[in-house]
Order: sequence, then structure tokens, then C-alpha cells
Amino acid sequence: MNNIELIFPEIFISLSIMFLLILGVFKKNSSKIIHNISLLVLLITAVIIYNETFRINPTNLFNESIVIDYLSSFMKIITLIAAFVVLLISTNYLRVFKIFKIEYPILILSSVLGMMIMISSNDLIVFYMGLELQSLGLYVLATFNRDQLKSSEAGLKYFVLSALSSGLLLYGCSLIYGFTGSTNFEYISTQFNASEYALTFGIVFVLVGLAFKISAVPFHMWAPDVYEGSPTSVTLFFTMVPKIAALTVFIRFLYVPFLNLIDQWQIILIFISIASMLFGAIAAIGQKNLKRLIAYSSISHIGYALAGLATGSNDGIQSSVIYMTIYIIMNLGFFSCLLMMKRNNIYYEQIDDLSGLSKNHPLLSLSLLIILFSLAGIPPLAGFFAKFYIFKSVIEQSMYFLAIVGLLSTVVAAFYYLRIIKIMYFDEEKDSYDNDHSLWLKFSLTISTILILTYFIFPGELINVVSRINII
Amino acid sequence: MDFPILSSLILLPFIGALFLFFTKSKSENKITAKYVALFTSLVNFFLSIYLWVLFDQTTSAFQFVEDRIWIEGLINYKVGVDGISILFIILTTFITPLCIVSVNNSVTKRLNEFLIAILVMETFMIGVFCSLDLVVFYLFFEAGLIPMFLIIGIWGGARRVYSAFKFFLFTLLGSVLMLVAIISIYWITGTTDVVKLYELGIDTKYQNLLWLAFFSSFAVKTPMWPVHTWLPDAHVEAPTAGSVLLAAILLKMAGYGFIRFSLGLFPSASEVFTPLIYTLSVIAIIFTSLIALMQEDMKKLIAYSSVAHMGFVTLGIFTIQQQGIEGSIIQMISHGLVSAALFLCVGVVYDRMHSRLITTYGGIVTIIPKYAILFMVFTLAALGLPGTSGFVGEFLILMAAFKDNFLVAVLASLGVIIGAAYMLWLYKRVIFGKLINSDLKKMIDLNKSEAFMLICLVVPTLYFGFYPEPLINTIEVSISDLIDTYNFSVASKE
Repeated sequence: MNNIELIFPEIFISLSIMFLLILGVFKKNSSKIIHNISLLVLLITAVIIYNETFRINPTNLFNESIVIDYLSSFMKIITLIAAFVVLLISTNYLRVFKIFKIEYPILILSSVLGMMIMISSNDLIVFYMGLELQSLGLYVLATFNRDQLKSSEAGLKYFVLSALSSGLLLYGCSLIYGFTGSTNFEYISTQFNASEYALTFGIVFVLVGLAFKISAVPFHMWAPDVYEGSPTSVTLFFTMVPKIAALTVFIRFLYVPFLNLIDQWQIILIFISIASMLFGAIAAIGQKNLKRLIAYSSISHIGYALAGLATGSNDGIQSSVIYMTIYIIMNLGFFSCLLMMKRNNIYYEQIDDLSGLSKNHPLLSLSLLIILFSLAGIPPLAGFFAKFYIFKSVIEQSMYFLAIVGLLSTVVAAFYYLRIIKIMYFDEEKDSYDNDHSLWLKFSLTISTILILTYFIFPGELINVVSRINII
Repeated sequence: MDFPILSSLILLPFIGALFLFFTKSKSENKITAKYVALFTSLVNFFLSIYLWVLFDQTTSAFQFVEDRIWIEGLINYKVGVDGISILFIILTTFITPLCIVSVNNSVTKRLNEFLIAILVMETFMIGVFCSLDLVVFYLFFEAGLIPMFLIIGIWGGARRVYSAFKFFLFTLLGSVLMLVAIISIYWITGTTDVVKLYELGIDTKYQNLLWLAFFSSFAVKTPMWPVHTWLPDAHVEAPTAGSVLLAAILLKMAGYGFIRFSLGLFPSASEVFTPLIYTLSVIAIIFTSLIALMQEDMKKLIAYSSVAHMGFVTLGIFTIQQQGIEGSIIQMISHGLVSAALFLCVGVVYDRMHSRLITTYGGIVTIIPKYAILFMVFTLAALGLPGTSGFVGEFLILMAAFKDNFLVAVLASLGVIIGAAYMLWLYKRVIFGKLINSDLKKMIDLNKSEAFMLICLVVPTLYFGFYPEPLINTIEVSISDLIDTYNFSVASKE
């Protein structure tokens, strides 16, 4: 146990959660201070990871059940930053709904802890533990606005379906354990016998469980309802943070123990990827609610990230990681706009509520315009480069069918993004929205818009960072 | 290379747009905004003229090349011009100020944003013609969709939403396949640098599919029959300046792309697909000319005539002969001038009467004589009367076509006749005849800015009609070199 300092960030977050819980129980009206401390904790943890573990060689801890490498550090930092921004910009929203309570930051912290464990896991048991820890936090977060029927419904739906998928996942884990004699990723990779079809069943079950967590088609049914019903700030959290963790596990689970079985899982990934891209794009066309629309859009985006993973190459993994990073920036911008659509303490979330936004709020609508074009993947915005890297790695493996279907579904997807732009810019105006947004909300919108807009000037920076990820 | 003249050309309009964006809140003075935009685009125009002066006509190599690493080992920001692209750059910088002048009367709301959109558009258009890297080309090619979508959608006519969507989705659908092809080229050859690709060549076995992927994008943008249907809608609904930009420059991107990429990179595939292009071009020429004959909306008529004219261009390019390609480029330049002028002419009467229907007008020759004269010049230029630039291009194209394929040439010549018919008939119905609609009597003749715009366009139309030498000199060496390389690689593969 010489390297215990490497999991210091996780220990730090656990201790902070306990401390904050006690503080919350014994001190009255402490939601504001707990909120601020949680922000600080997330920030400090990110800085610790950046300083301590960013430069080390891949190290395994605790009987090789935890791995600290470049991928895990990078993904953890992204997770922490995303969670940080979510906490930062959700205060006003929570206050309006009178749910600005101590549990909110603590639940976010605990599910972030679960995600960090998932990201670092190198063992089926550890991975499952992390998964459940983050899910428990998420269930409660979905129902956080408990006086609203939709929120409770969202939480319940998420809980039931998620439990089912966890069950499948656990069953898959037990099959894998049964046929290899170990739960450790590295050990499995040396042990398995490729002719064992039961092992493939195990992989498929685990993939199903994971696909559920990142809401990939055909395991996406819960996403639109849960995204719509949950409080908007929680939806923002749902669309980004759990997906980073699940995608990392996807990478590790497929590429560490089962790289040699690529023939078995590649076809599954290609199918899931194509189905998600197409379904997400087509189903979003008919939506009227922005949160439902972004749910389908996120299904479609996950499809692109999975297309990168389906390649079975390091380039593919890197492009997926880049894709997720850029997607998170775009998502943050989009939800910042959504959180600004407030009039007399009522939040609006229908697409028609955006009508004529460009006349009353030219800057807000310009930012949203840029974000939407970027989500649609139009150059020279960041979203285009994200797709470009994905298709570059896909075509490298001569998977032309995947590339062409993916690009054609961007055209379909462009339609519904354009529809929002049309409503903002071409339609008649309605009443204007409030302008008294918190500084942080404006800040997050500005930063994400600028990042998207100017990404093309420094595209190499992100690639340089990500190119150190080396799994295979 | 001391002074990055091409990057300046690309960036200058963008800086102007940024300036407008940030000064917007302070001054509501619309005239200032217009002068800023006009000044920026004029500086750009003179810069491009300066580029033409410096341009060395005796070599086919790329000049003013700037090569910077953009993404390590993947994309280089590489720009440069040769004889083929320089004229398009000048056309772009020449048309943009005219568009900005034309907003005087036609754009009433959100002038500032409109000017920003036009300047950003100029940046992207110049970028398309300069870029010597496939990815950079694609970037500029696609990015142009955003401002154009907004120009049509915000400032357009009654069916603007439908037209804007159609324009955007058609073009995007065509282009995504080109992206697949570009990435494939990267993996096949290891580079997307056009100059290197010219030297390396692409293996014949890949060429057909790659050619088709590029074709899908350029065919939509040209537009070729049967994917031309977005153009009439977009033209009709776009504001005058938008139509001018679309007709004068956006359509030329595809013609330019055919010469630069389809011929340059995939010679043996071009050889294979020449019959396809011939067929589609002839159909476009005859079919859309006939459609144009029956139009009642002036803008729609001119839009269909654009499709027919671009049919000549694609025909000329794929004759793969000196005259054919020269003719195509001159035809594109000429069409850029003439169609821009025709749309401006329609814009002039539309601003006064708010109708584009031909039946609204008639007999206005006595009321607005100056307008009638200028409109006459452009009508004749559009139908290719000797002495106008339209003639030079069509004549060269048909000459090359007769050498290559007699039947195609005859059919295309038939299109010239129909073209004369619809243009003259349009002119007759709008300008001559009895003055039935009494509202027309209130029309006032061209004001200073309108007259200025149209005269600016008359001068080069007539000048290059009588003396096309400067144009031909500029493009000659590059084209003969292109054809030599083309013939060489086709011959060596057989």
C-alpha cells in the first residue's frame, strides 16, 4: 500500500461528504454554506488530480482493482469540472423551486464519488460498486423536486429501469467470473478461452447494462421521460456527468480484458451506434419540449461517441474522448440558455417559448445559435471537429457504412436544430424574459460559447492532451 | 512571403463584421454601420486588385502560398492562388460591396446583422477559393451555409422558412459525402494537401467512388438537374443582396470545385463520368430553359436561367479542352456579373412595386427609361449577344463541345436559342407593351446608388465582352497545365 496517496482525491471527497452531512444536520439554514463548500471540494479535488496523478505512469492499486492512469485522470477532471459547473449555475433554479437544500450538493458529491470509482475501476466488483453508488445519488436527484408529480415519476421510472439494468449487468459479471475465474480485468484478459460462447453472453449482458446507463438505443426509453421530469439543473447533470463515467468503463471493459474478442463485440457496438445516431435524430424531430429534445439529441450524440469506440483502435478511443469533451461544453452552453428562460419566477421549456428570442435577447439567441449549429456539426464550430475526429478514426478502419449512416443522420439532426433556430430568429416575438441571471450563469454561457466559437483556432491543444491516452 | 495577402483577404471582412458586432449597442446610426461595411469590403476589393497586379501570369504554380500547421500531422492551413482561382476571388470582392450598396432600399429591419452576415459570408467565400487543403476547403464550403441560411430566413419573403430549410438541408446532404471522401483521401494518401495530392495522384481504383462523393456535393451546389430545385426557392425568397450573392458567387464554388478537385484529383474518374455530366448538362440547359420560359415570377425566371447557364459551365469543364475550360471560367465570371445585375434589376422594381410578377409590369419604358436601358444591356448579356461577356464564354464552350461531341453541342446550342427567347420575352413583357397598371406611373427612375451599382456591373460586362484578353491571359497557363497533367495521367493509366 505504498501508493495510497493516489486515491487521495476519492478519500478527500468521501470525508467531505461525511463532514458536510454532519454540518448540515447540526447547523440550521446551512444550505448556502454547504453549497459553497461542495464547490470548493470539487475544485480542490480537480486540482489535486491535476497535480498529483496527471504525470504518473499507469499504476494499479489494491490488488490491481483500481487503476490510475492518464485516461482516468483526464475523465475524472472532466467529471469534476462538469459537476462543478452544474452546482455553480443551478442555485437560482433551485431557489425558485424552493429546493435549495443541503442534500442537493451532497448527493451530487456522492454520485461524483461513485463515478470516480467507476472511472478508476479495473475490476468488475469495484466497477459495480461505483456504479451503484452513483446511481443511488442519481435516483434521489431525479425526484428532487418531490412536490411535482413529474419529478417523482421520473425518479421512480429511473429507479425501476436502472435496477433492472443493474441486475442484467451483475448477471453478466457473474457469467464472466464463472468462465474466467476472476473479476479482475487484467487477469481476465490472460485467462479467457475465446471459444467459450457463454463468455460472450456475459459480455453482452454487461454491454446492455452499460448501454442503459449512457441511454443508447435500444436501451434509451427512460431518458426522455427522466430528462423531462427531473429539475432542469439535474437534467443537465444527467446529460453529461454519468455518461463520462459510463463511457470510460465502456472503454476499459472492452479494451482491457476483451480486446481479443473484438469480433464479438464490435458488431454490437456498431449496431448500437447506428441505432442511436439515427433514432436520436429522427425521434427528436417531433418534440415540443426542449428537455425531451435534448434527451433525444444526447442519445444521438452518444451514438457518435460509440462509433469511435467501435473502431477498436487508439485513435477511436481518443476521438470518443474528444467528442465527449466537446459535447459537454456544448451541453453546458445549451442548458445555460435553458436556465435563462425565466419570467416572473417561472421557467419555460417548450420550444415555442423561444419564439422571436432574437429580438428581445440578441446576445442570448446568438449564443444559442452558435451552440445549436455546433451541435448540428456545422464547421467551423467545435461540434464539427468532434464529428470530424470520430469519422476520421471510423474511416481509418474502413467502416464506410458506419461513417455514411452517421453523416447522413447529421443531416436529419440538422433539421431539428434548424427548427429551433427558425423559431428563435424567424418567428414573431413574445414577451421578453428576465435579465437578472446570476453572474455564474452568464459566465458559463459566455465561456462555453467562446470555446465553441474559437475552437478552430487552437484545435491542436485538445488533441495534444487526449493523445496521451493509450489503452491498447 | 512577406505579407500574408490571402489571409488578409480572408480575415478583413471578418474583422469588419466583428467591429460591427461590437459597436452595435452604442450607435443606432444605421448609416455608419453601412459605411463601415462598405469601407471594409472596398478595402478588400482593392487588395484583391493589388493581388491581381502582383499575380504572375506566366506560371501555373500556386502563388502567395501560406502554409501553417493547424492540427499537427493532420491539417495544414494552406492557402494560395493560381490562374483558376484568382478571378473568383476578385469576383467575390467585387460583388460584395455592390451587395452592401444594394441594402439601401431593400433591407429595412436589422440592418446591422444583415451587414455582419454579408461580411462573414465574404470571408467564407474567399476562403473557399483560396484554400489548398481539402479539409480547409470543406470548412469554408460548409461554413457558408450558416450566414446564407440566416440571410434567407430572416430577411426573406413569404416562404422564407421553407426555402431556407431546403437550401440548408440539400446542400448539407450533398456535402457530407464529400467529407467521407476527404477523410478517405487522407487515409489513402496520407495528406489532404491539394498540391501534394496533385503530385502523388490517387490510385485509380478509388477514384470513381471518390469522384461521385465530390460530385454529390458539387452537383447540389452548381446546381445540376435534378437536384436544382432548391435554387429557385432560395432565389425567390432571399432578399436582393442574398440572391445576388447566391447567384454570383455561391454557385461558382461548385464550378470551381469541379475544375480544381474533380479534374485535378480524379482524372481517370472524370474521364469515366464525362458522359454523365454531358447528359445532365444538356438536360439542365434545355429542360430548365423551357421551365424558365413559363415562369411568371421574374426572380424565378432568372433562377432557372442560372441553372441553364451553369449547365453550360459543367459542359465546358468536362470537354477537358483549353477553350472549354477557359469558356467555363469566363462564363462563370460573366454569369456572376450578369445574374447579379439581373437580380439587382428585379430588386429595383420590387422595391418600388413590391411585386415580382411579370404581369404587374409592362410598358414602363417611358416611365423609367434609364432603368430600361440598363436592363436591356443585361438581358442581352444573359442571352449571350456578341460584345457582351456572356457571348465569350458560351462561344468558347460550344466550340470545344463541337470538337468533342457533335450531338451534345447541337443540343446545347438549342438551349442558347431558348435562352434568347425567354430573356427577350421577359424584357418585352416587363418593359414594353401597353401601360395597363396605373400604379406603375408613380415609379421613379433609378436613384444614384442603384444607377451606380448597375453601371459598375455594365462596365466589366461590356469590357470583357469586347476584350476578354485579360481574363484569358490570367487563366491560360494554369488551364493548359491542368489539361496536360490530366491527359498525361489518363494516358498513363490506360
